[in-house]
Amino acid sequence: MDYFDIFISILGSAIRLSIPLLFTALAGLFSERAGIFDIGLEGKILASAFASACVAYWTGNAWAGLATGIATSIVFSLVHGFASITNRGNQIVSGVALNFVAAGLTIVLGSAWFGQGGRTGQVPASGRFSGITLPGAEMMRDVPIIGPLYANVISGNNILTYIAFLMVPISWWILYRTRFGLRVRAVGENPGAVDTAGISVAWLRYRALIVAGFLCGFAGTYLSIAQSAAFINNMSAGKGYIALAALIFAKWKPVPVMLACLLFGFLDAFANFMQGKALPGIGEVPVQIFQALPYILTCVLLAGFIGVARPPKAGGVPYTKER
Amino acid sequence: MTGKAPHLSLDLSKNEPAIELVGIDKKFGAVHANKNINLTVAKGSIHGIIGENGAGKSTLMSILYGFYQADQGEIRISGKPVTIRDSQAAIAAGIGMVHQHFMLVENFTVLENVMLGAEGGQLLRQGVSSARKELKRLEDDYGLDVDPDAVIEELPVGRQQRVEILKALYRGAEILILDEPTGVLTPAEADHLFKVLKVLRDQGKTIILITHKLREIMAITDTVSVMRRGEIVATRKTTETTVEELAELMVGRRVLLRVEKGDANPGKVLLSVKNLTVKDSRGVTMVDDVSFDVRAGEIVGIAGVAGNGQSELLEAIAGIRKPASGEILLDGKPTAGADPAELRELGLAHIPEDRHHMGLVLKFEEYENSILGYHRESRFGGAMLNLDEIRKQAEDQIEKYDIRPPNPRLKTANFSGGNQQKIVVAREIERNPDVLIIGQPTRGVDIGAIEFIHKRIIEMRDAGKAVLLVSVELDEIRSLSDRILVMFAGKVVGEQSGEANEQALGLMMAGIAA
Repeated sequence: MDYFDIFISILGSAIRLSIPLLFTALAGLFSERAGIFDIGLEGKILASAFASACVAYWTGNAWAGLATGIATSIVFSLVHGFASITNRGNQIVSGVALNFVAAGLTIVLGSAWFGQGGRTGQVPASGRFSGITLPGAEMMRDVPIIGPLYANVISGNNILTYIAFLMVPISWWILYRTRFGLRVRAVGENPGAVDTAGISVAWLRYRALIVAGFLCGFAGTYLSIAQSAAFINNMSAGKGYIALAALIFAKWKPVPVMLACLLFGFLDAFANFMQGKALPGIGEVPVQIFQALPYILTCVLLAGFIGVARPPKAGGVPYTKER
Repeated sequence: MTGKAPHLSLDLSKNEPAIELVGIDKKFGAVHANKNINLTVAKGSIHGIIGENGAGKSTLMSILYGFYQADQGEIRISGKPVTIRDSQAAIAAGIGMVHQHFMLVENFTVLENVMLGAEGGQLLRQGVSSARKELKRLEDDYGLDVDPDAVIEELPVGRQQRVEILKALYRGAEILILDEPTGVLTPAEADHLFKVLKVLRDQGKTIILITHKLREIMAITDTVSVMRRGEIVATRKTTETTVEELAELMVGRRVLLRVEKGDANPGKVLLSVKNLTVKDSRGVTMVDDVSFDVRAGEIVGIAGVAGNGQSELLEAIAGIRKPASGEILLDGKPTAGADPAELRELGLAHIPEDRHHMGLVLKFEEYENSILGYHRESRFGGAMLNLDEIRKQAEDQIEKYDIRPPNPRLKTANFSGGNQQKIVVAREIERNPDVLIIGQPTRGVDIGAIEFIHKRIIEMRDAGKAVLLVSVELDEIRSLSDRILVMFAGKVVGEQSGEANEQALGLMMAGIAA
């Protein structure tokens, strides 16, 4: 394999690895821009991955799986909202609790239903989202540079991948071009301004959480029935936290969120590729270095080296009317 | 008193009433925040509501704006009874509110802030051009010019307030409520605001101005109501009342607007500042080669427009900010390198300019704040706090300084501004320091508490302590100080006796005469 082929293969794998991050980070974008810290993204991914795997296994229908995954994730979002909006609880505590609930519940239910130690059954092909070959991919394959890029990176992904990238401009449009988006951005900065403008802060934040739940449902579904064919214990593996890091890295803006997710996905793919290989002049680099890079980059950013990341001002603070 | 609250319709009622409150009553638990409030405000007039902090002004206005529901009573707008269940209903009834702390989204543009909640459709595009047109019209009609594309956080405070007013007018407000609008403004900005308010009134808008500043009431209102302990105790035509009468009505007894004090008997120098230069965090010189002495038994006031180095000077003396050069001597001993705790042990007490930022931890209970900075003292137990002793001395302070409500277990945030300030003053003065440095002793504090705090400061002087006082309130400086130093652009540009006339000081503060 020459370097170009290696590059193409890493790139393809980078895209695949960044999709769940992208859905999750966009989900976090909505909740956090509305002023709700969403540490529970991890739990939502896990719960929706489990739910969609179960339903896809039983029905053999991938779309039914997706719908269930989304519904499950929205329910988790609403629980988060009930604790942190309605009852003004601490958002971090509520989010962490959801993560524990998801981790425990998926194993308990999975063992009870499938008896494979938390694993679900193997989802049949019809219950999975498989790759779509875009028109002309085979024809283009032999065109230098563009050909392999089109055939191996752009074409051949499952439908969720394309939806993920479509969600980026849609999210941008919602946030910056619609009334709902204006209000979401406002409520994360100064809920008082929203309240005194005669808009319900609670209902607005609930809606933002529902959007977040919706997007997170895609992430979980992608993991269990697009990238693999079953749910495995703790298959979210910290993606919720990396997505949060990407969100911070992208300063809570949609297009940078996509770029950050692609970067983190690329680092992940590169780490996989480098496993057991020696870097010229350095020798073998422990794979953990690459795995830690997203966090290190985010820390560097937070320390102010790459501009200042300014979080939504009212983030994490339950809203109480004051006199 | 409840039945006696006057329901006055003054001569202005030849104009129809814009708003009428009939028997409004509101209780929060045991606190009776509003007692049987009856009030009529004529259309096209400016009505002032004045009262001390905690008199119930804000509660009343919150009821009008739908933040709270009254337990009893009726609100009528243009003669028709309305129910105001939330802010949306208030807006629909034509009520606009300019809050004391602006309800603006700081990283939004003016246009986005104005549109929020009145976007004119699901898509922003639909409302933008009509919003621009309407802003332009408001600008032409009322002289409220603001660049619609400017970002709020980059605007000066006076402009931000203008956006708040625009927001209300954009929603078609006929009645405008302003809650302590000048608290954050410079005098020039306040003058401008008053001009705008007069224009609005002349165009038929009704304005309710809530304040505790008597001067504003006299300058701008047509009629005024005085609130005390949840009741309206009087309503007057502004031309038929006086500052003294209003002040007396506010506190329910005669107040000394001039502080009575005897002559100073300055003794030895206790605080000495020599060639002090202080830079701020950006490296800009804020205090530039300043020297002065403060003697035992005198109050030295530092006058100046805010931002001319007074804050940095105080912080340097208090050990919070390291001087770039120069010396500070406490009773003849240099203090270089001492931190605030060590300075306290040397007999220096500091009442900081901003009680929220430096003076108190608002989430603490009162008794915890009452020892803050002195918590290491052995009588409080050292490493393991002696809570009984701490609460006992907190109760002593509460009694001696008339801190209300008298509950050491209450969260500090729940005290009114004046009482919070008393907590700080009590803490610092009760340690009986030799040198007391004070920044803005009565900012945001009601008249009763101002008088009380001023008396304590003079008692400190008479007890032979050295007092350094920084205040942007010229009246305060003049009535308390034995000597006045004027700071301008980081330098002391002049010294006057305590009887200095206002014009002379004003010129020095502006850097014109030295």
